[in-house]
Amino acid sequence: MLTRKLKALKRQIVESQVWTSMFRHDYDDTPRNRFLQIMANVWLHLHPPKIRRHAIRVRFTWCMGGITFLLFLVLTITGVVLMFYYRPVGEYAYADMKYLEFDVPFGMLMRNMHRWAAHGMVITVWLHMFRVFMTGSYKSPREFNWVVGVILLTLTLLLSFTGYLLPWDQLSIWAVTVGTNMARATPLLGHEGPFADVVGVTPRYDARAFLLGGSVVGPPTLLRFYVLHCIFLPILASLFMIVHFWRIRKDGGISGPL
Amino acid sequence: MAEVRATAAAPAAKTKPAPTSAVKKAQLEDRVHVWPFLVRNEFICTLIVMVLFTVWSIVINAPLEEPANPANTPNPSKAPWYFLGLQEMLVYFDPWMAGVVLPSLVIVGLMVIPYVDINPKGSGYYTFRERPFAITTFLFGFLILWVTLILLGVFFRGPGWNLFWPWDRWDPHKVVALTNVDLASLDIGGTGLPFKWLGNPKIFGVELIGLTLSVLYLGVLPVVYYLWKKPTSPTLQTLGPVRYAIVVQLFLIMMSLPLKMFLRIAFNIKYVWITPWFNI
Repeated sequence: MLTRKLKALKRQIVESQVWTSMFRHDYDDTPRNRFLQIMANVWLHLHPPKIRRHAIRVRFTWCMGGITFLLFLVLTITGVVLMFYYRPVGEYAYADMKYLEFDVPFGMLMRNMHRWAAHGMVITVWLHMFRVFMTGSYKSPREFNWVVGVILLTLTLLLSFTGYLLPWDQLSIWAVTVGTNMARATPLLGHEGPFADVVGVTPRYDARAFLLGGSVVGPPTLLRFYVLHCIFLPILASLFMIVHFWRIRKDGGISGPL
Repeated sequence: MAEVRATAAAPAAKTKPAPTSAVKKAQLEDRVHVWPFLVRNEFICTLIVMVLFTVWSIVINAPLEEPANPANTPNPSKAPWYFLGLQEMLVYFDPWMAGVVLPSLVIVGLMVIPYVDINPKGSGYYTFRERPFAITTFLFGFLILWVTLILLGVFFRGPGWNLFWPWDRWDPHKVVALTNVDLASLDIGGTGLPFKWLGNPKIFGVELIGLTLSVLYLGVLPVVYYLWKKPTSPTLQTLGPVRYAIVVQLFLIMMSLPLKMFLRIAFNIKYVWITPWFNI
């Protein structure tokens, strides 16, 4: 009696105009619905509806590309939360870190997750490259997608490096100082590099000063790295990710033995 | 190079060999639905990763040291851990090389891999036997030159960038004698060998010994190897001079790091070649 009423209720709901306007197919496990589940879903239609059997084996893919993308999403979400509380200004930045730690509800959790997921993403992107190399997946016709992958790897490191400065503590300022000191030695473009005197670059006017917005890591660098970290690099990485994922499909799905 | 033999019979792999109809049929039959099989994997994987990172983030706090102070340089000052391999290279090369040229070549070198690896085998499955040179080179570069140097930088480098065991106390006053010499004035056992007896000849301030050695290493050695091996090596014939030149330059430049490390550790060599503009 009750089940019959529930069934009638269910039919009433799923056949209503509102429901059918949102969901174009039912959920019974039929081959047709398995296709539609992928093809009629904007989030899932990145996948093909069918895939070669080996491609779902964790032992083949290690899930590393997917985990890297997942961590990018985690970083985007936690990063946006952190942006609500953090000001990239010399006087405020460090105080805002303390504010996040002691005053903001779940602030420390968000910051921890952002930090650890960032380290995690650096490692997973390396492991992804490692796996792709070991399976020879960069070979024709996937050469260009490997190149896009190398660009994404570089962008991941740059994202992590620019984010490293933002806590504005001793660890970040000196790590970024050491890291960007290299730019001083850029051939032709750095004031300590080979042929610097030929070009005429100076400590205040060379590749490093362009990167830092000054001759030392200071508040202008903080603002510069903040904008690179929160706007420029994520957008660039997203664009290359779109190409990367699209190319997987266009190059015939993920690689496999013939 | 066993790979040379492995690819001997294969033609230049411009495109994937076309699958026969039987292979294609087998491939089509070997397909599974993405929903549920792949999406299920992705979902479980997401759950595991999220639980892992959530627990990790609850248990371990991200580091936060004292406020940034430009007047107080910590010793040692370390780059972010993933760049410590590059910082480690600074021990052996000047910053323009270790910090700019070599990292750029790592990126460029990775990008050209698919265009210079003409071995059609080993695409889409794990194999060592069918591509030993490619895998050995990559593993050496990734595991030894990248990962090991990072571990060395993270765990074994202390004040003054001196070596410490992880259980040692970091002594900022540790004294390490600087006994490095340049290759041109290397004098083994007071014999003047191998180069000191030449008296370090220069032209326009450029050391000729280092110039000769560099030209031998990057120029003569690869050409001699190419001419010697080409008649009997189908791989070199298919590779052609341009791709060969790219592979060999990138390979030799990569190997210059362990080579320089060896020269430093065995003979305390500081520079191999000194010029008025740069030193190597």
